[in-house]
Amino acid sequence: MSSLNLNWFKYAAPQRFYGLAGSLIPWFVVSGVILTIIGLVIGLGIAPTDHQQGDSYRIIFIHVPAAWMSMLIYLVMAFWAAIGLIFNARLASMLALSLAPTGAIMTFIALWTGAVWGKPTWGTWWVWDARLTSELVLLFLYFGFLSLHASIEDVRKADRSAALLAIVGVINVPIIYFSVKWWNTLHQGASVSLTKAPTMATQMLTGMLIMVFAFWMYSIAVALYRCRNLILERERHADWVKEVL
Amino acid sequence: MFYWSSFSDFLHMGGYALFVWGSYLVTIFVLIIEIALLRSRNKALRKTLISEIRESERN
Repeated sequence: MSSLNLNWFKYAAPQRFYGLAGSLIPWFVVSGVILTIIGLVIGLGIAPTDHQQGDSYRIIFIHVPAAWMSMLIYLVMAFWAAIGLIFNARLASMLALSLAPTGAIMTFIALWTGAVWGKPTWGTWWVWDARLTSELVLLFLYFGFLSLHASIEDVRKADRSAALLAIVGVINVPIIYFSVKWWNTLHQGASVSLTKAPTMATQMLTGMLIMVFAFWMYSIAVALYRCRNLILERERHADWVKEVL
Repeated sequence: MFYWSSFSDFLHMGGYALFVWGSYLVTIFVLIIEIALLRSRNKALRKTLISEIRESERN
């Protein structure tokens, strides 16, 4: 047990993590590219059309993965921000800050593809219903986190203040997720549920889940890359940085 | 194996081409921008840090 703990803490040092992230990124890139190709061939090429929505439903293969990532990244970001705040761990705070822009981008993609899907399906680009509104709030939470961080000069102080905002904002994630259950929304219910049999055709579901993993790989790769940038920037006066440049 | 009978069918997306390709192209565009910004940030950072190190070695 103790050796396991040691291994975890070993990578809490930015220097070690910099090297680890650098060797992991290519793997995430390669698997992300492969999964994207397979997912898109299945989703756009092989899966049958939807008898209700026609081929407009094919937006699902990016909409659902982006929407899931937008929520998941927020939770992971808030988790690392909290670890950074409680244990005064520098690397955890850097991880949180590295995830925020990617989370915001995923939220934007979810909103954009949702609007473009809503137009042919509902006849409108946007409605102020619970699902759409809470997802928009998520985008503003990411923006708030990033701009609060940028507005404070002392980075550790910025880490702590932004962490508080991130932790408070976690309340919004279950609101987004359950909004389609709690309120009457124009947005359709969950496409996938752990308790019910899937309502989608197998090929649609397979394509969508593969795209979810592809988005995972993408998000991890760019977040690690951004974290490496942050480590270089913040540790610029450390001796090891001179050696890796 | 493929659902579409021709490539132009595929591009046409059952009449929803604008919506389907409109979401895919914007997504790809946004992700490419993110990657490009990260890479250029990395390049700029390396440049500054290397010149900082040279500066400090000279003094």
